[in-house]
Amino acid sequence: MNERMLLKAAPWIFTIGFFLVWEAVCIALGVSSYVLPRPSAVAQALWDYRSQLAFHSAHTLWMTTAGFILAVLFGLVMGMALGASRLVHAGTYPLLVGFNAIPKVAVVPILVIWFGVGWLPAVLTAFLISFFPIVVNVATGLATIEPEVEDVMRALGASKLDIILKVGVPRSLPYFFGSLKVAITLAYVGSVIAEYNASNFGIGNLMARASADFNVPLLFAALIALGVLGVVLYALTAHVEARTTRWAQRSQFAAG
Amino acid sequence: MSLAEKTAPASGPAPVFVSLDGVTHAYGTSGGIPAVEGLTLAIRKGEFAAVVGPSGCGKSTLMKLATGLQFPRGGTISVAGEVVRRPVKIAGMAFQAPTLLPWRTILDNLMLPLEIVEPHRSRLRTNKAEYVERAEALLEQVGLRGMSGKFPWELSGGMQQRASLCRALIHEPDLLMLDEPFGALDAFTREELWCVIRDLHARRSVTVVLVTHDLREAAFLADRVFCMSARPGRVIAEAEIGLARPRDLEVTYTPEFADIVHELRGHIVTARSAS
Repeated sequence: MNERMLLKAAPWIFTIGFFLVWEAVCIALGVSSYVLPRPSAVAQALWDYRSQLAFHSAHTLWMTTAGFILAVLFGLVMGMALGASRLVHAGTYPLLVGFNAIPKVAVVPILVIWFGVGWLPAVLTAFLISFFPIVVNVATGLATIEPEVEDVMRALGASKLDIILKVGVPRSLPYFFGSLKVAITLAYVGSVIAEYNASNFGIGNLMARASADFNVPLLFAALIALGVLGVVLYALTAHVEARTTRWAQRSQFAAG
Repeated sequence: MSLAEKTAPASGPAPVFVSLDGVTHAYGTSGGIPAVEGLTLAIRKGEFAAVVGPSGCGKSTLMKLATGLQFPRGGTISVAGEVVRRPVKIAGMAFQAPTLLPWRTILDNLMLPLEIVEPHRSRLRTNKAEYVERAEALLEQVGLRGMSGKFPWELSGGMQQRASLCRALIHEPDLLMLDEPFGALDAFTREELWCVIRDLHARRSVTVVLVTHDLREAAFLADRVFCMSARPGRVIAEAEIGLARPRDLEVTYTPEFADIVHELRGHIVTARSAS
């Protein structure tokens, strides 16, 4: 097997190996399934609860996507404002950093008081937790235009808007897509946290109920479902990134 | 403006195109040493002027002032008979870094000035073919034939710099500002590009201001060389380069050329020791 094939096979080998080791350790040490169920038991639970898992996963996916789209829109607008105006940047940055430092679990109860139990807290938590990296990256892409390029443009008589549209926006695309990979997984964390605490649907809610029932295999099955969804969402954004900003990877442009 | 008007007549001095009169400029708040002080120089239309000086003497400041990217604290700057109050819009610029946009092909990079400068801006969409042809012709002049579809990262540093020169010239500016454009290149590529810029200047009769550290470069390319003092920068000597045009690279190995470079070096040494 040559190195390229090995590289392609590596993710599968390591993932399968991980579960095999897990299974072996559980058998060798006789670990109780209440503490750490064997992968085979988790697989059984995945199969047994497949319709429930699929239903709640779809719900979580929907919440995550909604929150993520909000984060992208808000992040783009806010990032462009921060990148284009030093005044806006100086004024709002401390506030943004402060807000980002707040653990979003702490915000969920407030959202529940405002909007009640349901889908809105999940979408909003996903949004709140994921917009920050988008803002920062878009702002960075815009704010770090090389001064020489700006001079070239200005000596041609380009307006501020010309410079933003022709240089700033294309230039910040790699930063933007780089941040999407981070943001999508964060959005996902946000929606699950909210579902766990305040929802009747979703993987988070399913886990809350499984936990109350001491249904440990189902808990792990839900975790696996979450993990798979996360990888799929990440791969999707990474694919879009690779397609749209090939120049950045080839020219070794600094991307987030 | 037609090409005939741009061309300086062979006899008699051409009118002054870029003039700085007693210009003073400082960055930041007051208290620091000004970047330039009492800077006075005049560059004639169609002339190839070079500005040399010790590092930090305000050569780049001179570029920014002459193109209206910065405004002086004192003194007057005029370009093409008008006092500079905003970016001049008739200048093409090239820097030490090629500063091509990596997401655009070479052709699209060349199109950038046309997307901004009038009248091209409003004509570009309907006359695309004509402009593409112009870009291709220009690329051929600098030895980049067939490279228009490539991305900057597919080209060597020297080739990128050639493309950058094309971008500075595509909209046929009256003024070409070059800020150490060959500084990052190896010696052979640098000499090749000297010839490229020499030929472009001969063909277009554009006014060129070249800022450089390299005295041989200044002497080979320029009609006139201005030597600047250490900060605060001002012109301490001005040398007319009498070498006949067109100049061949061989001229750089003549005693006459060596004398010119030696004289320029003397001015720079004086400027450095004075600081």
